[in-house]
Amino acid sequence: MKLNKILKNTFLVLFACLVLSACATSKKSTGQMQGDVYTGTDTVEYLASGVPDRVFFATNESVLTTASRETLRKQAAWLRKNSDITIVLEGHADERGTREYNLALGERRANAAKDYLMTYGISSNRISVLSYGKERPVDSGSNPLAWSKNRRSVTVKAN
Amino acid sequence: MRNLIILFLIFIIPSKALGLIEVDITRGNLNPLPIAVSPLSIDDQSKKSFEKTLKKKDIGSEISKVIEKNLKTSGLFNPLDKNAFLQAPDIAHLKPRFEDWNLIKAQALITGKVKNVDDKLRVEFRLWDVLAGKEMMALAFTTVPNNWRRVGHIITDKVYERLTGEKGYFDTRIIYVAEEGPKTKRIKKLAIMDQDGANNKFLTLGNELVLTPRFNPTSQMVTYLSYFRNLPRVYLLDIETGIQEVVGDFPGMTFAPRFSPDGKKIIMSFAKDGNSDIYTMDLENRIVEKITNHPSIDTSPSYSPDGKFICFNSDRSGYQQIYVMKSDGSNVKRISFGNGLYGTPVWSPRGDLIAFTKLHKGKFYIGVMRTDGSGERLLTENFYQEAPSWSPNGRVLIFYRETKTDDKGEGFSAKLWSIDLTGYNERLVDTPTDASDPSWSSLLSN
Repeated sequence: MKLNKILKNTFLVLFACLVLSACATSKKSTGQMQGDVYTGTDTVEYLASGVPDRVFFATNESVLTTASRETLRKQAAWLRKNSDITIVLEGHADERGTREYNLALGERRANAAKDYLMTYGISSNRISVLSYGKERPVDSGSNPLAWSKNRRSVTVKAN
Repeated sequence: MRNLIILFLIFIIPSKALGLIEVDITRGNLNPLPIAVSPLSIDDQSKKSFEKTLKKKDIGSEISKVIEKNLKTSGLFNPLDKNAFLQAPDIAHLKPRFEDWNLIKAQALITGKVKNVDDKLRVEFRLWDVLAGKEMMALAFTTVPNNWRRVGHIITDKVYERLTGEKGYFDTRIIYVAEEGPKTKRIKKLAIMDQDGANNKFLTLGNELVLTPRFNPTSQMVTYLSYFRNLPRVYLLDIETGIQEVVGDFPGMTFAPRFSPDGKKIIMSFAKDGNSDIYTMDLENRIVEKITNHPSIDTSPSYSPDGKFICFNSDRSGYQQIYVMKSDGSNVKRISFGNGLYGTPVWSPRGDLIAFTKLHKGKFYIGVMRTDGSGERLLTENFYQEAPSWSPNGRVLIFYRETKTDDKGEGFSAKLWSIDLTGYNERLVDTPTDASDPSWSSLLSN
């Protein structure tokens, strides 16, 4: 049964890779996504050395990936060291959804990041949340890679 | 606006229902009715005085152009070429020679007369059935000269109503979001225009992001989302006075606003801690009520025209679907069960249908379904389109459509489109800039 599941998952991943490589329009895009979550660093900025400012999400999802959780733990450690800093978590969606739903989705994504930071000891009164929905993409492209970069929560210094 | 104009409706001859020409608007009209819109006649003195005040050489002919364009855009009428008209406008208005109009295949004829009466614009018009050789209706209006385009729209509404048996939608306005600049730094302003694209006016300067404006069905108020001071909140705007105010005192983002059909409440979403629920606020006593209470995203609420029900968008099943509930939040029922995701439900002003956006296999559709979810009908398919808004008679939908950005980052555009409920007569709605989030007003007169 378990083997079956592993096989099934492997198949799914393989299938996803096939689909993605078929969709990819330029060579640059290969290996920058896992599933449809962006894993590259093109758009990432740093809050401090080794502390990336953003995490990425799958389509319609607000679940934090392993990589996202690692990024947020780094952010939490940096925030603990710099206790005077307050932040805004800016939640975003890609252009493939209705505007109003995307506003709610951006808010949900930013809150997923907020909740995680809070479990790592960052007080909620240092964090505010702002959803932009699909209004502020970083990549203006209309392709799966661009969309994956745009599904994000960005931690921005507020002071 | 309603108070600004003085409209005197004088029935010259009471029109009787004689069972003359009729236009069927319930199916796609592939044979639009040939109609002749004779330029409205005008005496020389009136012509000169209006030329001075309105800067239009022949206001009679300008009004007839407004009517002609309206009729053509409706898709139900085919206005005939004026060059083929044999009879002079003033004589046609007194007594049309029906043989002449028959000869150019006109089935209906509109004639009229414009006159300056005490510096007011007096317009009378008649609608004729060419085949039966009979007058179908005759009306006259007096108003301030600046309202000349509205006179054209009101005449079209009367003609449309007489020939189709349903109210028109021409004396109306569209509020929308005007867009400029690169996709990553889009500048958005509220804009308003007449239904035919004339009299476009920007209502905000573009300093802050604004989204989803919607008309109050009973007044010239608008509700919309503004990112003023980076706090996304629902606002109320009076288009006559320009006065704006934030709606309610919510400790977080409020969005997706709409008015109740009586115009007395605003219904919207409030997002807190990653959860969006639907709330109403009474504009008179400011009482806030929570309508949905569910850990999913509940948004895009829209009332039924009798105010008894609300349709909305929720992902409580895992994905975006359309739900209907009583207006107190009870009896929540999912109504969309087709393949794909469903969003932006809007209840038709006729009450029988809900228009929506659907995403399926990477394509976006505008469609309609009955209020129990049956009879789903997709009207148009595209790369991206959403946010339908009904014409006040429930016959036409306006929405916005975006085009793909190519690999060089070029080619993006956002435009308004309209389509008949029948799925026919899809049209680009001209706007001076890119445009999105259209909302159709009620009829301004009557």
